[in-house]
Parts: sequence; C-alpha cells; structure tokens
Amino acid sequence: MLDSAFFQRWMVAVAAAVDEEADRLTELDSAIGDADHGSNLRRGFTAVASALDKEPPTTPGAVLALSGRTLISTVGGASGPLYGTLLRRTGKALGEGAEVSVAEFAAALRSGVDAVARLGGAAAGDKTMLDALIPAAEALTSSGDVGFTAARDAAESGALATVPLQARKGRASYLGERSIGHQDPGATSAALLFRTLADVAEAAG
Amino acid sequence: MRMLINVPETVVDDALRGIAAAHPDLAVDVANRIVVRRDAPVAGKVGLVSGGGSGHEPLHAGFVGPGMLSAACPGEVFTSPVPDQMVRAAAAVDSGRGVLFVVKNYTGDVLNFDMAAELAGEEGIRVERVLVNDDVAVTDSLYTAGRRGTGATLFVEKIAGAAADEGATLERVAEVARKVNDSARSFGVALSACSTPAKGSPTFELPVGQLELGVGIHGEPGRERRAAMTAREIADYAVDVVLEDLRPTGPVLALVNGMGATPLLELYGFNAEVQRVLSERGVPVARTLVGNYVTSLDMAGCSVTLCQVDEEMLRWWDAPVQTAALRWGR
Repeated sequence: MLDSAFFQRWMVAVAAAVDEEADRLTELDSAIGDADHGSNLRRGFTAVASALDKEPPTTPGAVLALSGRTLISTVGGASGPLYGTLLRRTGKALGEGAEVSVAEFAAALRSGVDAVARLGGAAAGDKTMLDALIPAAEALTSSGDVGFTAARDAAESGALATVPLQARKGRASYLGERSIGHQDPGATSAALLFRTLADVAEAAG
Repeated sequence: MRMLINVPETVVDDALRGIAAAHPDLAVDVANRIVVRRDAPVAGKVGLVSGGGSGHEPLHAGFVGPGMLSAACPGEVFTSPVPDQMVRAAAAVDSGRGVLFVVKNYTGDVLNFDMAAELAGEEGIRVERVLVNDDVAVTDSLYTAGRRGTGATLFVEKIAGAAADEGATLERVAEVARKVNDSARSFGVALSACSTPAKGSPTFELPVGQLELGVGIHGEPGRERRAAMTAREIADYAVDVVLEDLRPTGPVLALVNGMGATPLLELYGFNAEVQRVLSERGVPVARTLVGNYVTSLDMAGCSVTLCQVDEEMLRWWDAPVQTAALRWGR
C-alpha cells in the first residue's frame, strides 16, 4: 500500500530530477519548441515541493491534487495546465483514502492521462507527453508488483519513440516535417516522472 | 552577456517595475503580474483582458488604457500566463457587465485562458473568449493546431476596445472582436533568430544571408527558407500571401510591424514597398501603422497584417486611445 508520505517523496524527487535535467529539457525544447520547458517545469515543481513542505496533505489524493493545482498556478505555457491536470485528476480519482494500492493508483493515473488527452485534444502518436504517459499508465495497470519498473521502461521507450514522429500538436507542429528526428521534450519530462517514481518505490523497498 | 538585463529570472518583474515607473496611469501588480488601467473598473463598460508570454512588447501591457485593454497578464518570456493572473485581472476590471478575454492561438494561452474562464465563471464573472488566429503562414500544414495569433491582436484590441468604450454589451464586443479577427491576416519574415534571456543564445539557427518566410513570433518556423531577398521582393511575397488568403473587397488597415531588432528606417522603407504592392493589386489602404508592436525579443524582421474594414470598424479604429504604445485622438 502507498501512503501520502510515499507520494510526497515522489513529488520532491520529481522536483530534484527536473532541476537536474532542466537544461536538457530546455535544449530538447529549443530544437522543436520555444526553449522553456525545463525552466518552466523547474519553477513549477520547486513550488510544488515548497507547497507540500508548508502544509503536508494527509492523503495520497490530496498530495497529487495540491501538486496539480500548484503547477497550474505557477508553470504557465501548455505544460502547466497539462501536468497540472494530470496530477489533479489523478489525485481526485484517488479519493479520500489514507492509503492506496498500486492497482488503485494505476486506475487513477489512467483517468488523469485521459483528462490530459481531452484537454490537449491529442492522442498517441502526436509526439506529445502522451506518448510516454499512455504506455506508462498501461504498463502500471497490467504488470502488478513490478509495475513501477515496467511503467518507467514503458515511459522511456515511449519518449524515445517520439524521435521519428512528426509533431501534430503544440508549437512543434508548426515545424511540420522538420520536427522529425527530435525527441519530444514533453514526453521526455513525462518519462522523468516515472523514472523518479520507480526510484522512490525501489528506495521504499 | 550582451543583453541589458540583470539575471534571466527577473527580466519580467524588472520590466514591470519599469513600466510602473514610466506610466502612472497603470496600476502594476508586479508580484501577481497584472497590469490594470488605474481607473478600473469603469462603470458600465465591458472589461477587456489579454495576455500571453512576455517578449512581445509593447504587446500587451503597452495596450492597456482608455480605448483599448482594461488589463494585461504578462507571462514568463514566451510562456503563457497562469489562470490565477487572468482571474485576478478579470475581477479587477469587471464592472458587472462582463469581461472579454482576447487570446492568441497558442496551445498554452488557450489552455490557461480556458481554465481561467471557468474559474472566473465560478466567481460570478461573465466571461467571453475570442481567439485571434490571423497568421496565414501555416494554414497549409495538415496537422497544425490552427493558425497562430499575431499582428491582428492589435486590431482586435483597438477596435473591440473602442466598441466597449461606447457601452456595447459583452456579446456585442465579442462579436466585434471576432469580426475583426475574421477580417485580418498576417505574415511574418525573420532575418535573424531571437534569443531568450533564459537560453542566452538564438532559439533557432538561421544562417547569415538566409531568411525564414512565415516565421512565428516565438521564432517558430514558417513556410520556407530562402537566400536573402530585397525589401521589394519580401513585400511582394508577404503581401501576396496575405491577399491570397484574405481576398479583400474593400479598404484595409495595414500594419507593418517590426520584430524588435529592425530599425524604423528599414520598416518605413519596407512600408513603401508594401503600399506599392497594395496599390498594384488595387487594394485601397484606409490607415497605416508602422512600428514595433508585436515583437519577438531581438529578432530582426517584420510582419504585415491587413484587416479589411467597414465604416463602423474604421470609426472605432479612429476613436481615441490612450495607452503606453498607442495613443491618438485625445
């Protein structure tokens, strides 16, 4: 079972990972976007870590909902509402329980991913964060105890698989064929989310 | 460092403090990043709120004041503002007659303004949203998220702002704004890339001697790259591309807009070529505006926006306006 401390550790770990990888994300974004993905996410997750530290929520759902609201209020761009919606909707779907199972988390995550797809009007293969999120959520649903490792691997393969795709959503879509050959920064940061999740789960044993 | 800044992290706040010092008519909330005309809310008047990433100055804070915007929400450089800013701005300017959000068509702006409209609605503020999508450069692309919003934003904000000043209802102001957007088309050309303060180097590579035809205001690519062209050749290309899409049947407003790093000497020279092409194509020009209005940091280049106008729209265009960047008639 996963408690609120687990989710809080996850969010703090994401903040650290985003901080570390911000330059790389921005570099990827400068190839096909507008060169701010890393700095925007760093600003957002730094705010998330400090919001959680200030008033630690007592349920997993509340940790994710607060994180999502904080991202919406601080990130801007497209990634603010998209990541904000992902975490807020996942948190809401987790409900009020003090602990959740991996299966419950997997189901909640799927509803969060669905909300992102609706908000952005995007689907798998559009060269967006969904190309990492969808396979990760599926892997988490179908692989039981090894779920977090499987989700991490699925997200990372999904992010890598965006390289040959032509972007169909967001600013990268303006590049048309010139977006081919670059890894999508949104899918890359989404993979980061699952890499830290696997790390946090491994550390928890 | 060849930028006139302190550190990248504070450029937007620093600029807002500078705007506050230069323009006492504006109430600038640096912490919450909203710029509001000091006399807001104006009784009986619909509020107009716009915003978007910083780096396009004077857009939008420079267009706040009587006759145009009620408030502006600047985001980080090239990044949409967040819903909290827009909701605060809407609350500050709503006189009870509602608020119009003028939104340029970029994924981030649309998502954040949509969330803000929902939140403002929950607070009892009536909100209408108008999307500006005038850039013809990428219409042919099968999978774009629609056209980008660029120079027409100025026409929408000025003309809808004048309609709001006359006491038009929210629905009517929104209708006017949509009509202006539907009547306007733009096309931009980059002679050099822009550099964001955060990155400190050009956001895309444009070799010397090449230009990007159809560039976006964040340096997004357009239709094609070509070797250097003269002002005459660029005007022929850009105006024809706009006319092909707009197909005006009456007089137009013309905006010859600088991207930030092109001197007025060149912009005026380019305007002479734009006027020549329009005259050759038999398109009458009602009014012309030349200058840096919708910029892209330090990008060199320009854009052309044409907006077909009827008598009412022209009257609203000529109506008094008193903002930092646009002022006449008072």
